[in-house]
Amino acid sequence: MKKWGNLALVLMLGAGLALSGCGGGNNTGNAGNTGNTGGNTAATNAPASLPETSGTAQDTLILGRGGDSASLDPAIVTDGESLKIAHQVFDSLLEYKPGTSEVQASLADSWEVTPDGLSYTFKLHPGVKFHDGTDFNAEAVVFNFQRWSDPASEYKFEGDSFDYYDSMFGPDGSRVIKEVKAVDESTVQFVLNQPQAPFLQNIAMTTFGIASPAAIKEKKENFKNEPVGTGPFVFKEWKRNDSITLDKNTAYWKEGLPKLNKVIVRSIPDNSARFTALQNGEIDLMEDLSPDDLSTLESNSALTKIERPPFNVAYLGFNFKKKPFDNVKVRQALSHAVNKQEIIDAFFAGQAQAAVNPMPPSLWGYNDSVKDYEYDLDKAKALLAEAGYPDGLPDPVTLYAMPVSRPYMPDGKKVAEAIQAEWEKIGVKTVIESPEWATYLDDTKAGEKDDIFMLGWTGDNGDPDNFLYTLLDKDAIPGNNRAFYVNEELHTLLTGAQKETDQGKRTELYKQAQEIIKADAPWIPLVHTTPLLAGKANLKGFVPGPTGTEYYSEIYFE
Amino acid sequence: MNSYLIKRVMVLFPVLIGMTLIVFSIIHAIPGDPAETILGQKATEQSKQALRNQLGLDKPWLQQYFNYMGDLVQGDLGTSIRTKTPIAKEIVPYLAATLELTAASMLFATFVGVNAGILSAWRQNSWFDYTAMIIALIGVSMPIFWLGLMEQLLFALKLHWLPSIGRMDQRNPVETITNLYVLDTILAGQWDQLWTVIKHLILPSIALGTIPMAVIARMTRSSMLEVMNSDYIRTAKAKGMSQFLVVYKHALKNALIPVLTVIGLQTGALLGGAVLTETIFAWPGVGRYIFEAISSRDYPVIQTGILIIAFIFVVINLLVDLLYAAIDPRINYK
Repeated sequence: MKKWGNLALVLMLGAGLALSGCGGGNNTGNAGNTGNTGGNTAATNAPASLPETSGTAQDTLILGRGGDSASLDPAIVTDGESLKIAHQVFDSLLEYKPGTSEVQASLADSWEVTPDGLSYTFKLHPGVKFHDGTDFNAEAVVFNFQRWSDPASEYKFEGDSFDYYDSMFGPDGSRVIKEVKAVDESTVQFVLNQPQAPFLQNIAMTTFGIASPAAIKEKKENFKNEPVGTGPFVFKEWKRNDSITLDKNTAYWKEGLPKLNKVIVRSIPDNSARFTALQNGEIDLMEDLSPDDLSTLESNSALTKIERPPFNVAYLGFNFKKKPFDNVKVRQALSHAVNKQEIIDAFFAGQAQAAVNPMPPSLWGYNDSVKDYEYDLDKAKALLAEAGYPDGLPDPVTLYAMPVSRPYMPDGKKVAEAIQAEWEKIGVKTVIESPEWATYLDDTKAGEKDDIFMLGWTGDNGDPDNFLYTLLDKDAIPGNNRAFYVNEELHTLLTGAQKETDQGKRTELYKQAQEIIKADAPWIPLVHTTPLLAGKANLKGFVPGPTGTEYYSEIYFE
Repeated sequence: MNSYLIKRVMVLFPVLIGMTLIVFSIIHAIPGDPAETILGQKATEQSKQALRNQLGLDKPWLQQYFNYMGDLVQGDLGTSIRTKTPIAKEIVPYLAATLELTAASMLFATFVGVNAGILSAWRQNSWFDYTAMIIALIGVSMPIFWLGLMEQLLFALKLHWLPSIGRMDQRNPVETITNLYVLDTILAGQWDQLWTVIKHLILPSIALGTIPMAVIARMTRSSMLEVMNSDYIRTAKAKGMSQFLVVYKHALKNALIPVLTVIGLQTGALLGGAVLTETIFAWPGVGRYIFEAISSRDYPVIQTGILIIAFIFVVINLLVDLLYAAIDPRINYK
């Protein structure tokens, strides 16, 4: 040791550190082989990728997003990031038409419904194969639905729960689907216990993507790390919190798709770092551009702006458990004192529209004859006086503002401050509180601490039920109805609409529901945002979906 | 020396047990329903209740603690609630990524810091001394977040010299053997890949290493100044030894002892600072692993992650103590 130079000693410190890492540095199962020729896949013995296509057009897409998937099995997750990947690997019986929430055929070519709405018969697309080479057929569909609905299924692995199945088709004990039968190889029949109006909308959700029964039986718990479906891309590798690699499904049943050879989805948590990476050419497409970066994006001709259709709502909810917010006059008064357009201009870079109803205008059943409470401070003061508060509210109001950024609300605290200033003008003092997210959700659900809270929702499927019933019905207490708003008339309408199968009649019911909600003002709907994406200018064929998932199969580079 | 080593290792156990107790009680004191956070707004009440049962969250926390320790003793680090994967299996790539980044940062911090400190002391009150110490002052007070973003802006976006994010070029991925990519590319003999990996390491290591670099530079300078005024250095100089040898051979050895302590402490602190750097540079390391676990209330991951970091910290301190003895024979552990 004495002979060693001191600098060597210093260097050794660093080396020692590195060595201590080697001790635990075994290769893990899911790290797999990263050979870039694409022959050896960790997931399956899937077909090898095609050789590079001719010309110079790029055939690999690198997408940057804010978070990683929690799991790759869509049936056990509820988060959007997980579903984005699942959408590429799995097909459902039905799907949403790109860019909309309209249902169209996918693995099922056609379907028939009996007039009583209790039986749906699907004709399956012939000749479809899973990525592992096994056949897709009626038995596979039955297997998947049994796995989700049977609480004792041997393919429900430790810690798994099929939340979306429970919430869309009712929890165990009150299931909507009575049984799923394979009539023949390519026909499958669903028998329901009671009619369910949004049944087809629900079936089309990514979460009900059909998985290969053979792969689930073989991989067991590990299926969530190595998914096998019939989708346009074959899962290849998952480096957690870093990247997910998908290869082209060369035997995909939809002719000519996918157009890309490979898709790599990277997790880059920081919005501005993600934008830097896009500008630097390290990624080709990014999600969730900050409104602040919009002008930089627009001045760069090598890049293009992509807008996701607005399918969300951000709102302020009044806590009915607290006085005086159980008084409709007070709620209406405060509704009159919010300047939505000013908020949109200041904090959303114009990428939002003022919300009138609890659901976005792009959704069918939207009532556009409902009038919003216009911004009018005099009216607000008058209403407060009518409610018995001519000098404003005596006590300061606790306003909960979201501590995290959400697609429907990039900066909740700033918006809350703007609202605070407006309410101050009508004599309502506000204290803004922003506890950490888990506490925030807990507090608003308990309804003991907040007087008014800010929250939002992104639609899961193209049905108004997923906004109105889920968020404002009395059945959603405790849970998503954090206003503790109860209106029996509304409850009758919304539950009636669930059982009604005629869409025309349902539209009428939902329009009535929106009028009731407006009059009661349990919420101040704030905005429907247009989430922004950015990509290389030569990226074509990307159609952003309203629910946050879209196929990458149509994407190509010019 | 050996008995000292054994004694020190034995002391690790109560320290780590104390650590688990502290971490466990703090985590459970945080308000917020973990079931809601883990499963999300859209989960049903039924599955939330099932999760609470599964996690034993409805049991008294002392009982939860003993269950946890019981599993730990059997080598079970727990299963992540979010990803439903055993932590022992899941954490390895994260740990490797962080160790690679930390090692590179400390190499940078130590090399630059020690040499800047020596030169400043050697040429005390020169322009170099002043400049270096001003830079060190700025370095200590620089927010990592801001520095990282500025680096990306300048070196990636404006100059296109270096990549801004990640550990490698995704279009030409590195084959993983040990998950330490520098080592992996050397083992595979892929020299162009090695260069790519090093390029990816440069910006995050500078961002992460700047604060320790500044601290080390200042510590080295003051320690050197003290040693340079001692008698044995005067003797060495009187013998006609060259300046360089006096400084790097005789003085540095004694000046290095307090510096080593600082290096050890700073390395531990880096593990904490890594969260920010890993976020900005999309570095899939253990800092982000724990951060994401915290925001999704993934209790088992938070506990195990912090425990592992505490363990590394304690081990680094032990190494530093052992290095003292190697450098200075006067320090004798009996």
